[in-house]
Amino acid sequence: MRILQQLVLGLLLGGLYGLAAAGLSLIFGVLKVLNVAHGELIMLGGYAAFWLSAIVGLDPFVALAGVIPLTAVLGLVLYGGLFGFVVRFDEETRIKNSLLVGFGLSLTLHALAVKLWTADERSIPTGYAGQTIGVGGLVLPLGRLASLAVALALIGLTHLFLARARWGQAIRATAEDWEAALLQGIDVRRAYLLAFALGTALAGAAGCLVAVGYSISPAIGLEWTFKALIVVVLAGLGSLFGTFVGGLVLGVAEAASALTFGGPYREVVGLLIFFCVLIARPQGLFGRP
Amino acid sequence: MLEVDALDVAYGELRALSGVSVRVDGGEVVALVGSNGAGKTTLLRAVAGLVRPRAGRVRWDGAELAGVPPHRVVERGIAMVPEGRRLFGRMTVEENLRLGAFTRRALAERESSLESVFATFPRLRERRRQLAGSLSGGEQQMVAIGRALMSRPRLLMLDEPSLGLAPRIVEAIFGVFTEINRRGVAVFLVEQNVRAALVLAHRAYLIEHGRIVGEGSGTTLLADPQVRQAYLGPLAVAR
Repeated sequence: MRILQQLVLGLLLGGLYGLAAAGLSLIFGVLKVLNVAHGELIMLGGYAAFWLSAIVGLDPFVALAGVIPLTAVLGLVLYGGLFGFVVRFDEETRIKNSLLVGFGLSLTLHALAVKLWTADERSIPTGYAGQTIGVGGLVLPLGRLASLAVALALIGLTHLFLARARWGQAIRATAEDWEAALLQGIDVRRAYLLAFALGTALAGAAGCLVAVGYSISPAIGLEWTFKALIVVVLAGLGSLFGTFVGGLVLGVAEAASALTFGGPYREVVGLLIFFCVLIARPQGLFGRP
Repeated sequence: MLEVDALDVAYGELRALSGVSVRVDGGEVVALVGSNGAGKTTLLRAVAGLVRPRAGRVRWDGAELAGVPPHRVVERGIAMVPEGRRLFGRMTVEENLRLGAFTRRALAERESSLESVFATFPRLRERRRQLAGSLSGGEQQMVAIGRALMSRPRLLMLDEPSLGLAPRIVEAIFGVFTEINRRGVAVFLVEQNVRAALVLAHRAYLIEHGRIVGEGSGTTLLADPQVRQAYLGPLAVAR
């Protein structure tokens, strides 16, 4: 039972990995830009939720409704000021340049967060913080359980938008062949902008959920970028639900490795998965070759 | 309607078009024929706004088109079927067609456009739920043409629509061009299949090394000994 308990906790954390990776995957899939500052955007989303909760007194799940538009606007600004210049290049140059821009942004945001909010770890205190639900001997923390549900719901909504909405379809078309998209009358720059803002908002939402069930500090960015990258490689591009499942797999795998080899080896399994997938199935579990 | 005047296009040091002038009037079928690398695709891409000319003008209904971004060119009534079709292979046939009516102007008429495309290509109605990438080459070309028609163009530009297709299918697709043209859409056709293009076209231009080297009605060029020698092969001359 102790083993199952740890695996379920891994699954709950994995849902957040999935949400974190969904934003990164969307931006990479559409813009062919790798934003290595994605983790810092998660961190900023966490702080946005933290302060909305601390100052305005909002419940973090209500604060989410404010964090999403706030980080979406941040995405618009970052695209307009930084990444919009990167997408003017051909695809190979885009990736290289986006790495440079992303690392610079990551360092800047990290330093800024330390300056503004100190390096202390924080998490959002809630009335239900210690509450759990018991299911057949398992103890499920209420906040984390709700976070998983919210993460899944956000993935579902994003999927619906991309599948049905006029600009959602435009984003998918642009991801597949931007020049053909232009020939249909799609303003590809706008599709890029929208996709970037959407990906950033997903990062912000993930940060909010991290601040509820876990903790945030200015330094968490790199770690989350890392997890998201592993999940994107594991799941492959092109399916949001695939990315979410990839997140769950990583969460459970980490828990299993911590149980088997001890806590310090928790992080190793992700790297191992990363290399194995790249060697055996480079397109990822759910991706297209 | 479309007037290209003394157009120069270069890719870096490489000159693709030098002083090219062509004209497509309303209701015409005009062919542009020439060998591989002569600059045919470049001319279409310049009209569509995908490459920026170094000099010269592209005028559409008297207004300058050079410098207008590609997505606005579509809005103004020029649609292009690119070489290799360039469908959205992971989307269904119907999604591809609906995306063709993305501009505000075309969106208003999307459902009637869709019916009209299905009437022209009944096969696509049967395949509407299938992924575009899973279709045969001929069916994919139908989707590409249908998608371009969804934007309600007044000028339809096609880049090598016969490439890689069986002769029987080429014949059917060229038949569709005649039908489209009869509905009042001008057709600007780039082809390596010189004979089929010249038979179809009211007028045609010959392009070589980025320059227009001949112009005339389709039948005149078909009968021209030099054209027959260069593009239709020695057998055609002997006959």
